[in-house]
Amino acid sequence: MREPSLDFLLDGFREGILRALRGDPQVLSAARVTLQVSLGSTLLAAVLGLPVGYVLATKRFRGRGWAIALCQTLLGLPTVVVGLLVYGFLSRRGPLGFLDLLFAPGAIVVGLVILITPVLVVFAMTALASLDTRARETALTLGASARLAAWTLVLEARFGLLAAVLAAFGRAASEVGLAMILGGNIEGYTRTLTTAVALESMKGEFGFGIALGVVLMIIVLATNMLIRLLQRT
Amino acid sequence: MGPMIHRNFNKLGWLLIVLAASVLQPFGSRLLAQERLKLATTTSTDNSGLLKHLHPAFEKAAGVKIHTIAVGTGKALALGRNGDVDVVLVHARAAEDRFVADGDGINRRDVMANDFIIVGPSSDPAGIRDKKDGVEAVKRIAGKKARWFSRGDDSGTHKKEMELWNAASMKPSGQWYAALGQGMGKTLLAADEKLGYTLTDRGTYIAMSEGKKISLEVLVEGDERLFNPYGVIAVNPKKHAHVKYDVAMKYIEFLTSEPGQNLIASYRMNGKVLFFPVRTYAQRGK
Repeated sequence: MREPSLDFLLDGFREGILRALRGDPQVLSAARVTLQVSLGSTLLAAVLGLPVGYVLATKRFRGRGWAIALCQTLLGLPTVVVGLLVYGFLSRRGPLGFLDLLFAPGAIVVGLVILITPVLVVFAMTALASLDTRARETALTLGASARLAAWTLVLEARFGLLAAVLAAFGRAASEVGLAMILGGNIEGYTRTLTTAVALESMKGEFGFGIALGVVLMIIVLATNMLIRLLQRT
Repeated sequence: MGPMIHRNFNKLGWLLIVLAASVLQPFGSRLLAQERLKLATTTSTDNSGLLKHLHPAFEKAAGVKIHTIAVGTGKALALGRNGDVDVVLVHARAAEDRFVADGDGINRRDVMANDFIIVGPSSDPAGIRDKKDGVEAVKRIAGKKARWFSRGDDSGTHKKEMELWNAASMKPSGQWYAALGQGMGKTLLAADEKLGYTLTDRGTYIAMSEGKKISLEVLVEGDERLFNPYGVIAVNPKKHAHVKYDVAMKYIEFLTSEPGQNLIASYRMNGKVLFFPVRTYAQRGK
């Protein structure tokens, strides 16, 4: 009988942390791919989602309630479903197969943008809607252009908007289902830290998988701190 | 107000440039990278470490990077059918023949083989140890309602398991029968945790048990029915004009060549052979 203990986890964990510290090429490339796809998708989703959030927060129009309900529902979008849907489009049999994006980092970015844009819309809308609208109105009465007034509002809401971007980035970096389907978990090319963890878990290398998870957390932490630093200076 | 906004725009612009560079980099490197061959294969060839042992020689000689997508045989064939990969390396003879007959693939070649085995806990509650007949073994397991873990994922191993149940004229279901929908490694781990039986390819079993991940034991082996041949098939360029047929054929030639076959034979884990090249079993008439 095996003596119950956590050694089976700790050995692999130690090895994984050591490999990461030594700059193991497999760990580094997974970290690089993770950063690329999650930063890239967060940027694209911010360009798409933040303006939508702004419009939903400041404008009154028909169907606004439905639009908000839709975005809030999309927050619960299962990642594997996004993966299968995008696969349908990007497969050679699908309408966008000619782009040859499948099993490449670009395919993961497409899926992630669909997944995290609703996060940005809803968080940005909440941040902007909860603001005192007087800043914008004051700017307008002082003769500011509509654009300047909008910018004033955005500046006022910057902490909330930043939180939206960080939440979206976190969701993108921790995602595994669609990265597996759309990227194919190709070593050195589309293998992210999360799909690497899934693979290690499949092989029974649990401790090593957890070590990779720690590397991911360090990356997310560092990115958050960097963005906060940029924001403060 | 004015200069402050200006400063903020500058900072934002800088951030955007950094982010844009990080986004565009993978697309750029994709254009610059050497030619790639997309291979859909089973988890058994990849997780066992065989492909890592095999591919560098081919990649160096042919100047091609192989991008391996490791899934079950059912999904690997579906990816080939949809034209999403250039070549498949799988193990389910009936499904492979259908794949070729439908015109989805061409030039199927035998590559290597190992065998399926039934593994279980050392206590062996269904008493199947050393039975030579796989069908007899699953009948006993079902009769005792001993725990059985099925891949349940339309993989080559799952198809082989269903062959056993069909031959036993049984449709397994109930509390004792768990269809996991997971790869071979995960299924072995589940059977090990829950002291159950499962059908596995020998390669993955050796890799997992030599790595001390599981303590399941080999209980049934040597049944003719449990022979597990692997085949390589090029995706048909007549159906999918974009596939890299020439590179796929080079890869097929490599796997079936003398050096490729020797590499397969030389892959061992703690001295145990995981896959046997074609020549070692072709003469036996299997």
